[in-house]
Amino acid sequence: MEKLYWQSLDDYKEQKSNSVIDKKDATPEFSIEGLDESEVKGQSSRRDFLKLLGFSVSAVALVSSCQMPVRKAIPLLNQPDDMIPGVANYYASTFFDGKDYCSILVKTRESRPIKIEGNDMSPLTKGGTNARVQASVLNLYDDARLKNPSIAGAKATWDAIDKEVIERLTKLNEDGKKVVLLTSTIISPSSRALIEEFITVYPNVEWITYDPVSFAAMRKANELNFGTSLIPSYSFDKANVIVGFNADYLGNWLMPVTFSKQYSVNRKVIQDNPKMSRSYQFESLMSLTGANADFRVGIRPSDEAAILLNLYNEIAKSTGMSVYNAPKTNIDISKVAKELLSNKGKSLVVSGTDDINIQLIVNAINTALGNYGYTIDINTPVNLMQGDDEAMDNLVKEMNTGTIGGIIINNSNPVYDYSNSKGFITGLKKVGTSISTSDIMDETALECEFVCPDNNYLESWNDAEPVKGHFSIMQPTIQPIFNTRQFQDNLLIWMGNSDDFETYMESKWRQRLVDVSNFNSSWNSIKHDGVYQIKNEIADQPEFIGQSLMAKKALDKGIELVLYENIGMGIGKYANNPWLQELPDPITTATWDNYLCISPAYAESNDLKLEDIVSINGIEIPVLVQPGQPDGTAALAIGYGRTAAGKAGNNVGVNAFGLINGSTIDIKKIDGKTYPLALTQMHHDMEERPIARETTLAKFIKDPASGNELHAYDEKHNVTLYNKIKYDGLHWGMSIDLSSCTGCGNCVIACQAENNVAVIGKEQVKNRRIMHWMRIDRYYSRDEVNPEVFHMPVMCQHCDNAPCENVCPVAATNHSTEGLNQMAYNRCIGTRYCINNCPYKVRRFNWFEFTNNNNFDYNMNSELGKMVLNPDVIVRQRGVVEKCSMCVQRIQEGKLVAKMENRELKEGDIKMSCEQSCPTNAIQFGNLLNEDSVVKKETKNPRMYHLLEGLHTLPSTSYLTKIKNT
Amino acid sequence: MYNTRVRGVLIKGDKSYSQVSRDVLRPMDAPMPKWWYVTAFIAISAMIWGVWGFYNTITTGIGTWGLNNNVAWGWAIINFVWWIGIGHAGTAFSIFLLILRQKWRTSINRAAEAMTIFAVMAAGLFPLIHMGRIWDGFFIFPYWNTRGPLWDNFNSPLFWDVVAISTYFTASFVFWYIGMIPDFATIRETTVSKVKKKIYGAMSFGWLGNARSWLRFETAALLLGGLAAPLVVSVHSIVSMDFAVSVIPGWHTTIFPPYFVIGAIFSGFGMVLTLMIVLRKLYKFNDYVTDGHLDAIARILTFISLIMGSAYLIELFTAWYSGNEYELFTFMKNRVTGEYTFAYWSMLICNAIIPQFFWFKKIRKNITLVFIISIFINIGMWFERYVIVVTSLSRDFIPATWATYSPTWTELAVFSGTIGLFVMGVIAFFRWIPTIAISEVKSVLKETTTLKSFTDED
Repeated sequence: MEKLYWQSLDDYKEQKSNSVIDKKDATPEFSIEGLDESEVKGQSSRRDFLKLLGFSVSAVALVSSCQMPVRKAIPLLNQPDDMIPGVANYYASTFFDGKDYCSILVKTRESRPIKIEGNDMSPLTKGGTNARVQASVLNLYDDARLKNPSIAGAKATWDAIDKEVIERLTKLNEDGKKVVLLTSTIISPSSRALIEEFITVYPNVEWITYDPVSFAAMRKANELNFGTSLIPSYSFDKANVIVGFNADYLGNWLMPVTFSKQYSVNRKVIQDNPKMSRSYQFESLMSLTGANADFRVGIRPSDEAAILLNLYNEIAKSTGMSVYNAPKTNIDISKVAKELLSNKGKSLVVSGTDDINIQLIVNAINTALGNYGYTIDINTPVNLMQGDDEAMDNLVKEMNTGTIGGIIINNSNPVYDYSNSKGFITGLKKVGTSISTSDIMDETALECEFVCPDNNYLESWNDAEPVKGHFSIMQPTIQPIFNTRQFQDNLLIWMGNSDDFETYMESKWRQRLVDVSNFNSSWNSIKHDGVYQIKNEIADQPEFIGQSLMAKKALDKGIELVLYENIGMGIGKYANNPWLQELPDPITTATWDNYLCISPAYAESNDLKLEDIVSINGIEIPVLVQPGQPDGTAALAIGYGRTAAGKAGNNVGVNAFGLINGSTIDIKKIDGKTYPLALTQMHHDMEERPIARETTLAKFIKDPASGNELHAYDEKHNVTLYNKIKYDGLHWGMSIDLSSCTGCGNCVIACQAENNVAVIGKEQVKNRRIMHWMRIDRYYSRDEVNPEVFHMPVMCQHCDNAPCENVCPVAATNHSTEGLNQMAYNRCIGTRYCINNCPYKVRRFNWFEFTNNNNFDYNMNSELGKMVLNPDVIVRQRGVVEKCSMCVQRIQEGKLVAKMENRELKEGDIKMSCEQSCPTNAIQFGNLLNEDSVVKKETKNPRMYHLLEGLHTLPSTSYLTKIKNT
Repeated sequence: MYNTRVRGVLIKGDKSYSQVSRDVLRPMDAPMPKWWYVTAFIAISAMIWGVWGFYNTITTGIGTWGLNNNVAWGWAIINFVWWIGIGHAGTAFSIFLLILRQKWRTSINRAAEAMTIFAVMAAGLFPLIHMGRIWDGFFIFPYWNTRGPLWDNFNSPLFWDVVAISTYFTASFVFWYIGMIPDFATIRETTVSKVKKKIYGAMSFGWLGNARSWLRFETAALLLGGLAAPLVVSVHSIVSMDFAVSVIPGWHTTIFPPYFVIGAIFSGFGMVLTLMIVLRKLYKFNDYVTDGHLDAIARILTFISLIMGSAYLIELFTAWYSGNEYELFTFMKNRVTGEYTFAYWSMLICNAIIPQFFWFKKIRKNITLVFIISIFINIGMWFERYVIVVTSLSRDFIPATWATYSPTWTELAVFSGTIGLFVMGVIAFFRWIPTIAISEVKSVLKETTTLKSFTDED
């Protein structure tokens, strides 16, 4: 042992004690020498160690893999013939909600509807849809839907309800007490027949039709002028000059899908035959139609009649009709009159104002112009909007006097949307038996004793006759999810008919179809096509009975209130649909709220700005300064302020149904108070950049490339050292005609439904984080009093020289061999460099987990709501970037179908979701390498340009300049 | 040439070698001063808040920040570039001055290098935390994987960043550490604490101090210095390419690499100045870090500030001369005028105008003023990055998408957390590592002490 030196006594002691231990245990620790056999065995050997290691590693692996959630995938024992997992089925059906009609195809996957497409075979909607139609599939999976019928708030069985209701109805019938069947407009001939039959069983039943938005004046005017109360059908496609007065025919007026289709026909300009309709819009707010009109004039609502009467007089002078005394107005209509006169029989004047005087003048003008029989057809009336205001007002009176014994309310919500809601509630309380068939516990259902939840329209049988002779079939695409029953079945059971409505309807169709011998096959083909048309006999238009026309002088001071329907929300029926709540308004780009639109001049003189709060008639509401809002008017959207719509829709905005359209209001600024509004666009000026390019028809005729001069320059100057990418066979491209696009926002919802785009709520929209893969940019130009409006759909441009691709450090976004700029979500680590470097700013980041997150309590946070998700599209995780994939799942599907059929892909085999839904066919998709494809042809169009082409990003998406007929 | 003693006295007080060791090591053995605890408390509090910021970001998402679809980078990147810039000084200082044989660097380089290390550590946190899926962050490294033929995108400046920063950090750290080995050995030899002896003994790698060791040491330092010198230039050039490679107006400029490198050295020297004034004050190192040193740094800053100013002017000129409307808009309507004028003019005034006061000797001599100006430089350089990142993104090509950006509490927490980390690192360095390179100071001691101080001569 070495000699020990120590420094202190402590050291010494320590060394000493150590040496004691050393002596005690002389055997080296890690030697097995000197140990007996058993002791050696007790030690772990190297082999034991490896065994142990192996066991524990595999045990850990096993245990940790047990943490994986167990997902059950049970194959069908008996697979139905028409259901192949992974293959979509399409069923023709009809969307009708009491207001909007649309013939549709329902895409189902594994027997659940996931997407709505337009039905190409419909001569009315021609494959178009609108945003509410697109979003309606989400209503099917709404958590707010009632799961069971109830009596006085308590869950009940259908048997109990039937017993009680039949008893009561019989009793009321015996007592001779009146029972009212209050419905929204019903355009189903079978349902109408059923209701009439119901009334024969219960003669004490009176059927009242009520719509929150009324066309009563128009019907009345036509009754006076033509002898029948009706709404004629319009042909915007046959009109060279269209003059609208507060009729938002591209947005919400009557049949916007049909009218958009018709309108766009004459707005597509062909180089060889450059013709285009011209549209004038006189309106009291900035509507979608006004935004698209060639000439837009802002007017006071009170001035409309005077302007129309002046217009009439101007026309009557030259057609020799009687001239009436018209008050003066500041609006010069001589140009419009001249234009209309030179297009007799090829023009159209419409007004959306519910005022009999105005409608009479409009009829007189159209008669003077000889438009009946050409652009307007009395003989094929539109069956929509049958609401009878007088009957409704009487009903409320009668209810309050206690003469009504019972009420059955179907598909209408007067407690929310009737102007005298309080009166209706007090009246309803006096009604002994109140039955609501609402599918959710809405404001009216809450006041009713019996709630018999209706099926969703995707679970129902029905038919529709929106326009005389045009039929459209509604068929169920899923079994009722909940314990609900269709309204018509209720009636059948309550009148003692043992048939279900499907059988009933079939029997009615058996009567309608002439060729009954072959009924089953023709009935099947009708159901297959979804539409059926009976040719109307060509008949002369009924004789016009002139009425005396009058107009009051317009108010020259005060603010007149204009109530309007927002593009997404409409009348507020789908307030609980988060897709629609989050759809940016095409004009204001606001989401999740309504607001008072005021004119810039008023805002300036009253020191009001965006988000300030004002009070009108005791309602506090934020302000939005709307360019183009005429002076002396303020506009407010109806359809908001629901209190019993569901978690997404409750208390969004304020309810404007209690206010009167056209009334004079007092706007009081509430100082120091603001309310956040979630707008998706804050800058409205194009900054003189060549983004949305435009020209006029006259300039276009002279030079088809007018307005697009920069394109030639950029093409010439865009040089590169690198070779262009060579594609073999397929190079997908898109073409967007700015001339056709009306900016309706339908494609945004179509894209959202197709691609599982998350809803993020108002706060995050305000933070400018909206997830929509495509957006509609909206620019104003010219003055703020009456600006020109440009709409431009922007989605991923799929650049061949994509700036996003070369900056991604992990190559998560890359270029496909077919020209697609694709995202590998699994690879993305979320550096967001691509977002920065995208000049179009079309990339979206998942700022939060939007699925299964209570902070984003929308459809992706509910087991039911998630049923709407498209199984072909992955749901993106928090932290990854996403963007338009050019519906790559559809491309793949199209290719597979072609492969199965052993043929080449054809033009039109694959349609993008936005393209398919577009009511004006503004979007085209196809193969740029196919010389015959539309997109390829459009690239040679002198109007064609790429967005920001000076950057040499080489987009696959092209735009066509907007042509205005000014 | 080598005999021209322009600098005069570098270490004042006619010190002996042992006195130098004693002076520098004194604070390490002295009882912990009160200010140390106070600073540590504040720094750790900031770090705890920062940890909350990190936690919030990682568990909830980047949505907790103020970013949006248009401005997808914000404070995280601003602060990243700012810290990287600061992290430039140490190495730039030591290496460039080493190569240029500027002996006066010896009293400062250790602290400057320490600053570099902590600043780069602080900077390195931002690319991590700003990833949307931090748990998949390893994707960014080029490693052979089972995920199919997936490889990094070598075109991406972000990948270059990863390589450049990790290389720079490693090189800086090794350079700093090697420089400390003789000093650790000095502590090992002088300390009485056994624990310290063990630790510093291990850290000194058995340094013997013989001639062979010194020869190797000098060679290694020079070699590493030579290797690291291009890194100083490359790191910030590459960071600048995060911007310059893009198409965004205001980013897409060829001037960025030199402009960023100069800016980085500027901000780094500014921070060195700030730190040295504090260090000198706290440890009474006035004999080592003399007024002459501060004066020299101030003179350098004046010069760099002129370069910065001309870079700003060239940027404006290029924007105008290019005739590119987007570029012109960004510079003229969104920086010089417009919503972000405050940031732009703060940057310009702090970086290009205020340092010009250093032309006046009186101001250079007034340490308080020097300190204040150094702080202004730090602020100005932060604003420079703010101007670059935010103004360009918030208003780029398509006006419809324009959006503004403002940071949230979470971003503030993350930033202050990194400041806490930096401060904590610096004061730990003050405490446990010789703040002045003893061996190097000794090398210039005898050469200069007897002469007149280079600032005293006039």
